[in-house]
Amino acid sequence: MTAGSLTVARSGRQRWPWGVLLWPLLLLICLIPGVLPRLLTPLHLGELTPFDPPLWRLTLTHLGLVALSTGIVLALGVPLAVAVTRPKREALRQLAETLVGLGQTVPTFAILALAVPALGFGWQPTLLGLIVYGLVPVVSNGIAGLMAVDASALDAARGMGMTGRQRLVRVELPLALPVLLAGVRTSTVYNVGTATVGAALGAGGLGEPIINGLSQQNTALVLVGAVLSALLALSLDAVLSLFAPRE
Amino acid sequence: MIELQGLEKRYGNSFAVRDLNLEFAEGELTALLGPSGCGKTTTLRMINRLIEPTGGRVLLRGQDTQTLKPETLRRGIGYVIQQIGLFPHLNVAQNVATVPDLLGRPARETERRVDELLDLVGLSPAEYRHKKPAELSGGQAQRVGVARALAADPPVLLMDEPFGALDPLARDKLQDAFRDIQRRLKKTVIMVTHDIDEALRLADRIALMNAGELAQFGTPDDLIHRPASDFVRQFLGEDAALRQLAGRRAGDFAHPSDPSGLPTVEADLNARSALGIMLREGSDALAVTEAGRPIGVLRWSDLQTSAAQIETVMRDKTT
Ligand SMILES: Nc1ncnc2c1ncn2[C@@H]1O[C@H](COP(=O)(O)OP(=O)(O)OP(=O)(O)O)[C@@H](O)[C@H]1O
Ligand SMILES: [Mg+2]
Repeated sequence: MTAGSLTVARSGRQRWPWGVLLWPLLLLICLIPGVLPRLLTPLHLGELTPFDPPLWRLTLTHLGLVALSTGIVLALGVPLAVAVTRPKREALRQLAETLVGLGQTVPTFAILALAVPALGFGWQPTLLGLIVYGLVPVVSNGIAGLMAVDASALDAARGMGMTGRQRLVRVELPLALPVLLAGVRTSTVYNVGTATVGAALGAGGLGEPIINGLSQQNTALVLVGAVLSALLALSLDAVLSLFAPRE
Repeated sequence: MIELQGLEKRYGNSFAVRDLNLEFAEGELTALLGPSGCGKTTTLRMINRLIEPTGGRVLLRGQDTQTLKPETLRRGIGYVIQQIGLFPHLNVAQNVATVPDLLGRPARETERRVDELLDLVGLSPAEYRHKKPAELSGGQAQRVGVARALAADPPVLLMDEPFGALDPLARDKLQDAFRDIQRRLKKTVIMVTHDIDEALRLADRIALMNAGELAQFGTPDDLIHRPASDFVRQFLGEDAALRQLAGRRAGDFAHPSDPSGLPTVEADLNARSALGIMLREGSDALAVTEAGRPIGVLRWSDLQTSAAQIETVMRDKTT
């Protein structure tokens, strides 16, 4: 019995999810200059001239936008979810849920278009759009996760003399973490897609080959952008899955 | 140890608890007994200020609990809630270590303490230390809940129907285990229950409540033999005396005498079943054996006068 549970514990710690590396690896291969053109040329979808700026630069810009927005979303969304789930704040919580739901129904393009007059062209309006969209799953999952925390565990925590802060840090956040993390993954993956739209506003990133391809009627160019952003999304999802608590 | 003075909790116009005056003696186990909704949980939670009273005072060793920070007060009082409330993301050892950690006790010392407590509640530390609450049975989880409440060695323990969620067999076992623990550690325990048998079995004193007020406060014998009102009599039921016998061992009543020719029972059999055997066998005395050896004779008259004697017998046993 004891020996058995020990083995389980050890193998659980040792097994590293190597599968996670698949998508980042594919992405890196596709970023080697010449690889994507060689793969796409046989399809006769259009001509691919050497990229300027190079694809890895576009990918990094894209990644930077998404990472920055996710960081800001976490910094805003988690405290917001915590704040509205404190006792006696039902009204505030409902308001937050309504607003977040509303954010989801406004089309991406509308937010970006509205942001341009205020912030001008460039990466700033795109970042704003990504933050607004990214907040939706993080806040709503954060609220759902915190609300789902076992009431009896919280009661016990209070009865044992934990302060509100200790309950939050030691009980609520750890228990809400899996649901919150699922929201972060959704938010990040969506934003990789949303960020391509930013290229239309001059944000750069992997939307650039897509937009150029569309205007030049070069499907191959569109495919390059689409494949790379899809691989980026899958890579980020895989990497984020590492943070989820494993059994 | 703990004194309630005119304690009151009012919700709107209705009283959950009303003018409650009680004193819980040091080292005793007091059962808060009463029908559903009579205010037991409210009373218990006013002691560690999970609920703030609307009137009256709670004194802990003579000190008004309102003068203490609620967190400080609670860390000094063990608390077992009915739903157990183990932390699902922490393993058994981490759950038990909660209060010592909050108090900043050294980790090494706490680790030793955790193992000691798991042993005490009958769970082998090596096997259970690293299990998650989801891997425990209901009874095991209850045991961990009790160990967690005892972890910082608080002089006072509040328990809200700690054995409520168990099947009768597991409950009996855990009750026995807890009674032993209580005898050994001499904690001041206040235990909420609506189970009369549990109260009769475990409690030194019973505070019987009805509709937010105290109906009677006394020893189990007081309530059974000297009920203060019709409510007390009715609540305990006609077979209260039998119920009390059910919580005692036949061996506790046996006196040295000649057992020849009498029907034989084991000392561990409960006294109520022994009485049943007397009725069945048509005999007013039984031979009592322990581990196969005769230890004495149990007579009908011993059971009849149990009330007065049990306590002296038990005292003899423990000293
Ligand atoms: N937050 C509250 N608001 C209004 N009434 C309440 C509240 N909490 C408890 N009550 C009322 O106070 C009374 C006592 O409740 P309490 O929980 O103390 O009962 P109890 O004796 O523990 O019952 P049970 O055996 O069912 O657990 C009940 O009538 C209940 O409806
Ligand atoms: Mg109750």
